[in-house]
Amino acid sequence: MSEAILGGLLLLLTVLAVLSIRAGDLLIAAVSLGAYGFVMSLIWAAIGALDVAFTEAVVGAGASTVIMLAALLRTSRRRSPLRSRVSVLSVPITLGTGLALLYVAQGLPDVGDVAAPASRHVSPRYLARTLEETATPNAVTSVLADYRGYDTLVETTVIFTAGLGVWLLLKRAAENSPP
Amino acid sequence: MIERHPSTIVETFVRVVTPLVQLFALYVLAFGHYSPGGGFQAGVILGATYILIGLALGEEALKARVNERVCLALGAAGVLAYTVTGLFGMLAGGEFLDYAALPLPVDEVRARYFGIFFIETGVAIAVAATVTLIFVRLGRRA
Repeated sequence: MSEAILGGLLLLLTVLAVLSIRAGDLLIAAVSLGAYGFVMSLIWAAIGALDVAFTEAVVGAGASTVIMLAALLRTSRRRSPLRSRVSVLSVPITLGTGLALLYVAQGLPDVGDVAAPASRHVSPRYLARTLEETATPNAVTSVLADYRGYDTLVETTVIFTAGLGVWLLLKRAAENSPP
Repeated sequence: MIERHPSTIVETFVRVVTPLVQLFALYVLAFGHYSPGGGFQAGVILGATYILIGLALGEEALKARVNERVCLALGAAGVLAYTVTGLFGMLAGGEFLDYAALPLPVDEVRARYFGIFFIETGVAIAVAATVTLIFVRLGRRA
């Protein structure tokens, strides 16, 4: 049952992805990209990654859609025409890559498999000792902020630096354009 | 062209819902130790309330509440709060980002608990300020 729901969501995700790439009206593209983020957050929730689902819902479906819309406000809803011809090479390359990915996916561990290599390295120790070492029952928070504090520090720096870069670029564009 | 259409229903709804959403952001930040959530999510929710104000009430209402320079300073202050928390652990004889060594009047486990809260607060401030900063700049009429 839950696999049928997951399959349906993944199918919807593909449709929304194609729609946001092919839509002639960029307003439709931005909104379907927001819907893509929302469906993605449902998928994260379905496979048990609630923290990621939360982030995807506020960032993917919320903030990034609005920032896209704000960008449209400054430019145009119409986009430059797509090339309609399909290159002869692209069909075998796409099919080949798709088949190769499907073949490799057979060897991947199941979702939530405790015997998977990624679950056997340091995760058991974090999960077992997060409560006694940090008094934090949500292991995602303790791993993010404490055990892997360096990563989160640099991640925060990256977010701020990226925002600063966007701000400086837009500021310069506004200063260079005649009033 | 996309333009704002004044609507009493939308404006009233946004005025009522904004403080509640901001309260929820603080809850997400403070309750991240126990439930899904934390600094990043709280920061985005807080930033989104200012985006909502800008979209529904217009540019003037947004400008009355936030200032680009203040956003820049707050973004830097959030990253600084994180780094300083790490440095305090180092000055107190531990390693960088070792919250157990923080000079707090509690045991080591609680010190790590509060260390997590301090850095999550820094992350929330940095993310909220950055999201708001980009939107304020992008939403301006050139």
